[in-house]
Amino acid sequence: MTATSVPATASSSEPQWSPDPRRLVSYGAICALTMVFICLIGMPVKLDPRPLIDPILSRGYASLVWVPVVFGYSVTSFVVLEGMAARRRGPSDVLEGAIVGAIGGLGVGILGLLVDNFDLRDPLINWSPQLVDFITFGNSIGFGIVIWLVIGALCGAAGAGLHLLPETVRLYVASVVLAVVGMSFLETAATDLLQGLKLEFISDAIYAKQGGLTVRGAVIVAVLTVAGLALGRFIRANQQRAAAGRAEADLATGGGASLTPVGGAMRRRSNRELVLGGLGIVGLLLLPQFLGGIMNELLANVGLFLLLALGLNIVVGLAGILDLGYVAFFAVGGYTTAVLTSPNAPWLHPELPWFVALLIVIPIAALVGLLIGAPVIRMRGDYLAIVTLGFGEIIRLLFLSDWLAPYFGGAQGITNIPGVQIFGIATVSGTDPKAVFYLVMGFCALAIYVSWRLERSRLGRAWMAIREDEKVAEAMGINTVNAKLAAFVTGAILASFSGAIFAAKVGSIFPNSFEILVSVIILVIVIVGGMGRIAGVALGAVVLIGILGGPSQPGLLQELAEYKLLIYGALLVWMMLKRPEGLLPNVRRSRELHHEELSQDAWLKAQEIEAAAPPDPEYPGWETPA
Amino acid sequence: MSVEADGATPILEFRNINTHYGAVHILKDVDLAIYPGELVCLLGGNASGKSTTLKTLLGMVTPTTGEVVLDGEVVNDKPTSYRVERGVTMVPENRRLFKRLTVKENLELGAYLRTDKDGIANDLERIYTMFPRVKERLSQRAGTLSGGEQQMVAMGRALMAQPRVLLMDEPSMGLAPALVQTNFALIEEIHDSGVAIFMVEQNANMALSIADRGWVLQTGRVVLDDTADALMANPELRASYLGG
Repeated sequence: MTATSVPATASSSEPQWSPDPRRLVSYGAICALTMVFICLIGMPVKLDPRPLIDPILSRGYASLVWVPVVFGYSVTSFVVLEGMAARRRGPSDVLEGAIVGAIGGLGVGILGLLVDNFDLRDPLINWSPQLVDFITFGNSIGFGIVIWLVIGALCGAAGAGLHLLPETVRLYVASVVLAVVGMSFLETAATDLLQGLKLEFISDAIYAKQGGLTVRGAVIVAVLTVAGLALGRFIRANQQRAAAGRAEADLATGGGASLTPVGGAMRRRSNRELVLGGLGIVGLLLLPQFLGGIMNELLANVGLFLLLALGLNIVVGLAGILDLGYVAFFAVGGYTTAVLTSPNAPWLHPELPWFVALLIVIPIAALVGLLIGAPVIRMRGDYLAIVTLGFGEIIRLLFLSDWLAPYFGGAQGITNIPGVQIFGIATVSGTDPKAVFYLVMGFCALAIYVSWRLERSRLGRAWMAIREDEKVAEAMGINTVNAKLAAFVTGAILASFSGAIFAAKVGSIFPNSFEILVSVIILVIVIVGGMGRIAGVALGAVVLIGILGGPSQPGLLQELAEYKLLIYGALLVWMMLKRPEGLLPNVRRSRELHHEELSQDAWLKAQEIEAAAPPDPEYPGWETPA
Repeated sequence: MSVEADGATPILEFRNINTHYGAVHILKDVDLAIYPGELVCLLGGNASGKSTTLKTLLGMVTPTTGEVVLDGEVVNDKPTSYRVERGVTMVPENRRLFKRLTVKENLELGAYLRTDKDGIANDLERIYTMFPRVKERLSQRAGTLSGGEQQMVAMGRALMAQPRVLLMDEPSMGLAPALVQTNFALIEEIHDSGVAIFMVEQNANMALSIADRGWVLQTGRVVLDDTADALMANPELRASYLGG
């Protein structure tokens, strides 16, 4: 969806661009299908009662009208090809967008007509009179078709019209839309936070009584967004000017190595990162004090999944072992803690304090990691992934089985797990999500430190080599089996920590908390965030668990909870297509995924270097490229 | 049998080695000996067991019967790392660099088993003087280098392990003729610095022109074992490998 706008030197001999009706129809059809799909999964009807901006736009309609905007924008996105005349931007773009949008809108209208006349409610539960009401705005079906044609055309034209705006304005428009939609959907969180900060008057001012932003609120958010963006640009421009000035001054003084300015800039940058990181941590630690119970619960869930994702990041991101059964170790941690601490445990029930139990959880998790890892680790690629998937399910089924019910309670699970007693001062349990959050953060800090040290260790280098070429790594003398087992076991221990906290937080534990979906979601966190990079994994956990919600934990977008998996899926597909390295990629990982483009860049650079320096006469043969 | 070099003990030795992949018999009663400072080559066509010989020497394949002997010690059950630590290093077929890692990282991984920081730094310097072009490319990804440069990095990576015997798998494979020449010159240079070289090659002419001794492997059996000059003169070999 990126459009490059390079001023083209169009000469009459170059092939001219002409509109392509087939392209418009196919985009229109996909647009219509997407809108019909959204209608049939029931999103508009379900969200309709809640306004996005009261009283202009309801969330139901918002869930639909973004589609023609996106399609209108993308149908008019073109890459400027070398040697081809760039198409001139103008009203024809808007017209094309409008056509695509109108086709989409027509799809919705026809859907309304069909729903009105036929009954397919049996397979499609959302094939309902309410949907007709939604589509026709309570009027006749003819009105519905016409109005959706108009809405589609207008939205499509608006999307395509974005291309006509200058880059800066486009950025502002996109940010304002995102900010308004975001603030509206995040109402609960914002209100909660503002209450905690004793700033209720702000939420009163921008949010309507029945939910959603008021028009005034939307304007305030828009103005603040624009102001914030403008300020950011101003500061950056100033900094650049200052940096340029410094570089000039360095050159003028002439002394010192030519590398000094670069080194200075790097130091300044890492210093700033340190300061920002420090402020972030302080902010994070203070945040729960200003939040209510629900938001703190949500933060605690983010932390639990972050801990899991950090562990899996070591296995998948660093060692390159695609483990699809990671939930097994989460379950082992949870069950071991339950058996050791709960008075209701069907077996042993020594009722140990949580921290003492943790000391036993660690070796048990390591042992299970070894037992599962040893046979699995000798396999490669797809086979390994499938086998780990199997082991993940085996562990859950064992906990569920009647055979082990005398030890782990089977389907009844283990209840009455006490919280975490911290030196007899405080008890951390599910009733106090704030304390759970701090506990989880402590363990996350540990996990981050461990990952950070491991990545830079000898073992980290062995993993790097194994990920690249296992056979050659072995020939270098790296014990590949041990290195991979080490990753597996480290991951298992970190997951068991999360399981232990989970048991203490929830207070009871059942096999269905450890379904395969949990493994998948942890993996999605790692992939979406950015494999191999800690900040990326943290961002992934916040986006997926915090905003969308975990497998059985609500997120900020509670209204969309039903469509969570759909959104996960769409997000994952989009990421794999457009940004396979994740939101915050690891430098090396991104290098691996964009190998070809980088090769091309390096090749071009090498050409430059070679052109600048004549080949070394001592090694005449080396110039021949492979 | 094998030509003894002044009665010294061989660094690496095969005593009556048999290997199997599943039920398939690959190496059949193979005897080899590599003495310190030698340059020897193993010739043979496709599927004659050349690569298996290297893998068995390095411990990536375990022989069914027979002994792999390193410095007089039977190392059949010792892992690859044990042999690498004692100076057996391989330059794999087609170079097989860690393509997406930088040149520097490739070189450092060659010294994975070493812990002497100063020694590693010294060896890096030695490789830079040997291959000035490699030094220019240190932060570049290995996959973006030209074929010749990759060959230099592959050699450098192997040298970083401080080898006493360098196992070279098809050093001429996939290289332009001009590069094969320079590559063999390089092998001789490394040999001159005192490293024994065991080279597996299909290009018999090229290999025999620099080697001291050679073996010819045919469907897993050593059929010829002689000095390089004698092999060059052998009419059978000339007919089948050296193009008459």
